[in-house]
Amino acid sequence: MFYNVSLRIIVKFLLVFQLLITSPVYAEAKQTVNIAYLAQEQKVPPALSNLDPFIENKGVLGAELAISDNNTTGQFTGQQFSLKKFIVPIDGNVADVFNKSIDGQFQFVVSTLPAEQMIGIADLPAAQQMVLLDASTRDDALRNEQCRKNVLHILPSRAMRADALAQYMMKKRWNKWFLVIGPNPEDRLFAHAIKRAAKRFGMKIVEEKIWEHTYDARRTAQSDVPVFTQVDDYDVLVVADEQGLFGEYLDYRTWHPRPVVGTQGLIATAWHRTHEQWGAVQIQNRFKEQSGRWMEEQDYAAYLAVRTIGEAATRTKSNELKAVKEFLLSEQFTLQGYKGRPLSFRAWNGQLRQPILLAAPRSLVTTAPVEGFLHPRTELDTLGYDQSESTCK
Amino acid sequence: MKKNCLALFLAAASIGAVQAETVFVTLEKDNALAVVDPLEGKLIKTVPVGQRPRGIAISPDNKYLYIATSDDDTIKIVDAANLAVVGELPSGDDPETFALNPAGDRLYVSNEDDSLVTVIDTASKKAIKQIQVGVEPEGITVSPDNRWVISASETTNMLHWIDTQSLAISDNTLVDPRPRAVSFTADSQQLWATSEMAGTLTILDANTKQILKSISFEIPGVSNDKIQPVGVAIDKDRNRGYVALGPANRVAVINAQTFEVERYLLVGQRVWNLAFSPDQKRLYTTNGTSNDISIIDLESQKVTKSVGVGLYPWGVAVKP
Repeated sequence: MFYNVSLRIIVKFLLVFQLLITSPVYAEAKQTVNIAYLAQEQKVPPALSNLDPFIENKGVLGAELAISDNNTTGQFTGQQFSLKKFIVPIDGNVADVFNKSIDGQFQFVVSTLPAEQMIGIADLPAAQQMVLLDASTRDDALRNEQCRKNVLHILPSRAMRADALAQYMMKKRWNKWFLVIGPNPEDRLFAHAIKRAAKRFGMKIVEEKIWEHTYDARRTAQSDVPVFTQVDDYDVLVVADEQGLFGEYLDYRTWHPRPVVGTQGLIATAWHRTHEQWGAVQIQNRFKEQSGRWMEEQDYAAYLAVRTIGEAATRTKSNELKAVKEFLLSEQFTLQGYKGRPLSFRAWNGQLRQPILLAAPRSLVTTAPVEGFLHPRTELDTLGYDQSESTCK
Repeated sequence: MKKNCLALFLAAASIGAVQAETVFVTLEKDNALAVVDPLEGKLIKTVPVGQRPRGIAISPDNKYLYIATSDDDTIKIVDAANLAVVGELPSGDDPETFALNPAGDRLYVSNEDDSLVTVIDTASKKAIKQIQVGVEPEGITVSPDNRWVISASETTNMLHWIDTQSLAISDNTLVDPRPRAVSFTADSQQLWATSEMAGTLTILDANTKQILKSISFEIPGVSNDKIQPVGVAIDKDRNRGYVALGPANRVAVINAQTFEVERYLLVGQRVWNLAFSPDQKRLYTTNGTSNDISIIDLESQKVTKSVGVGLYPWGVAVKP
C-alpha cells in the first residue's frame, strides 16, 4: 500500500517534471459563492475496541474536497467558491458563533451539528434568510413533524435505512426478525424505523428484546450473548445499537446460527469504503489522496452538500439564495453522487433521495432500492416517508 | 475512438470487398479480450490481455489494437493478427478511455484521477503533453477532420474543446450532469454528447459550439432514473444516431436529421459501448452485466443475435 502510494507519487512527479502542463483557459472570476461550514467538537465516545480510531474531522474533509471540485468547474465558468469553517469547541456556544460570524455574511451553511443543535440554529431569526444543509442527522422527526423550510437533509433518515434493509430481507425471504434494541434513545428511534419497515414490507418481528448486559467483551461475548439470544426460531437478528456498544459481539455468538443486520453486521449506509461502482472508486481515491484516510459517511454527506450548492450555482449562474434554492427543489436539479442514479431533493421534506448501500465490513452486498420494488415517481421513493405519508407541513 | 473506427470502416468499404469482419471485445472482469465472428454469431476465442481491460481502438491500418489495461496503468499495443502484446504506452494512472486521431499517430488518454488528458505520440511511444481539464475526465474523441479533441469531465459537467494544433483548451461547454461519451458526425459538423445522470443527449454545432438540441428519452415501464445514456455512434450519412442507455437495457435510435427518437431496441443488460460494422449494416453493443454483445441489423432495425463473450464486456472495436 505504502509502496504503491509512493510509487504513484514518484510517477506523477516525473510526469509533471518532464512534461509541460498546459493550464486551461480561465474565465475571469466574476462571482463569489461563500459557504459556511458549521460544526462542534464532539466528545470521544466509549470505544468497543481499538480497531477503529476516533475520527475528529469527519465531514470537514469531504467539504474541502467538494470546494476544490466546485472551483475546478468555477475556473471555467467564472465562479469562485469559498468555504469558511466554524468549528465550535465542546464547551462553546454554537448560537453565539452563528450570530456573530455567520449572520449577514453567508446564505449557504453546511452543518454537521447533532439534531438538537441543528434545529436550534435553523430556528434563529438570521437563519430564515439561509439554506442550511444538514450533513449529519438521520432523525425522521426532523423530516416530518419537526421539519424546517430552510433545511435540506443530505444523509438518509433512519426510515430510509430500515426500508433498505427490509427490501433486501424480503428478497432473501428472511421474513422472521429478532429485534435487539440498545439502551440509548437513538437505538429506540432506529428500532421504531425497523418496526415501521417490517410492517410496510410484510416482515414479522417474532421476538424483541432490550440489551441490558454489560459492554465488557470478556464477559458479554461468550456468556451473555448465547443466553440472551436463546429465543424461538427466527431468520435474522436485527440489532439497533447506533453507538456500537455491543452489536459487534452478536455475530458468531448467537444461540441459533443466524445472520446479524441493522447497525452492525449488514448495515444500511449512504457511503462505505467497499463501494467502487459507478465511478465511486475515483472519489474514494481522490479523498484518500487528499485526506490520508477512508471517506466516512459524514465526509460523503458534506461533500454532497457543498457539491449541491456548486451544482445549483453553476446551473443558475447565481449566488443568490432565492434562485439557488428554487433550482435545488425543482425537477431540473440532478446531482451525481457516485451511486448509479441521479440524486435530487424531495420537495415535501427537503430530504435528498438517493440509493442506500447495504454493506458488510469488507464487501458491498447490494444497493437499495432493491430490484423489483416499484414506485410511480422514482424507485428511490420506495425508501423512507413518501409524499403521502409525510407529516412535514 | 469510434470515429477512428468509422474512418477505417469507410476506407474498408471503399475497397468494396464483402468479407468477414472480426469483433474485439474487452472483458473487464476476465482480464481478457474476446474475439467474435459476428456473421457466424460465434465467440472464436478469449485471450488474456492484462488487468482490467476497458477502452479499445484499432489503428487506421488495422494492424494494431490499443487496449487500456486500467489496473496495469498502461495502454497495451496488441498485434491485431496474432493478438500478441507488442508494446505499451505511458498512459498515466488507471487509463479507461482514449481516442486515436485519424492518422493514428496521436493518442489522447483521459486520466480520471488526476483531471488530465495525456497526449501520446504512438510512433515514439512517448507522452508529449498533459492538458489540465475538469474533474474526472472520461469520454474523449477526435473530430474526423482532426481539428478538435473533445474531453468530457464527469464531475465538472463540461465538454472541453482542445485544439489539436496548440494542444490547449480553446472553449468549454457546460452540459447536463455526468457527461459520459462524445462522438462527432462523419462530416465533423456536429458533436453528440451523452449525459448519464440527466438521461439526456446533447447535440452541438461544432462550428459555433452552441447546443442545437437536447434530447430526453422515455420508455414505458422503465423509470427515468434508469435511463442512463453512455455510448453514442452516428452513421456516416448522418441518417441515424444510436445511444446506449445503460441499465435501461436499450439502444435508442435517433433520426439524425430531425432529432426525433424513432425507437428503442431491447439489447442486453447495462448496454455500454457501441461500434458499427465496416459496411455500417450492423451495430455491435457491449452489455456489461449480461456478459454478452448484441448484434443489431440496421436495415431491419432489429436485434438479431446476442453472443455470450465473458465477464463484464466493456469496449468494442471491429477489424474488417
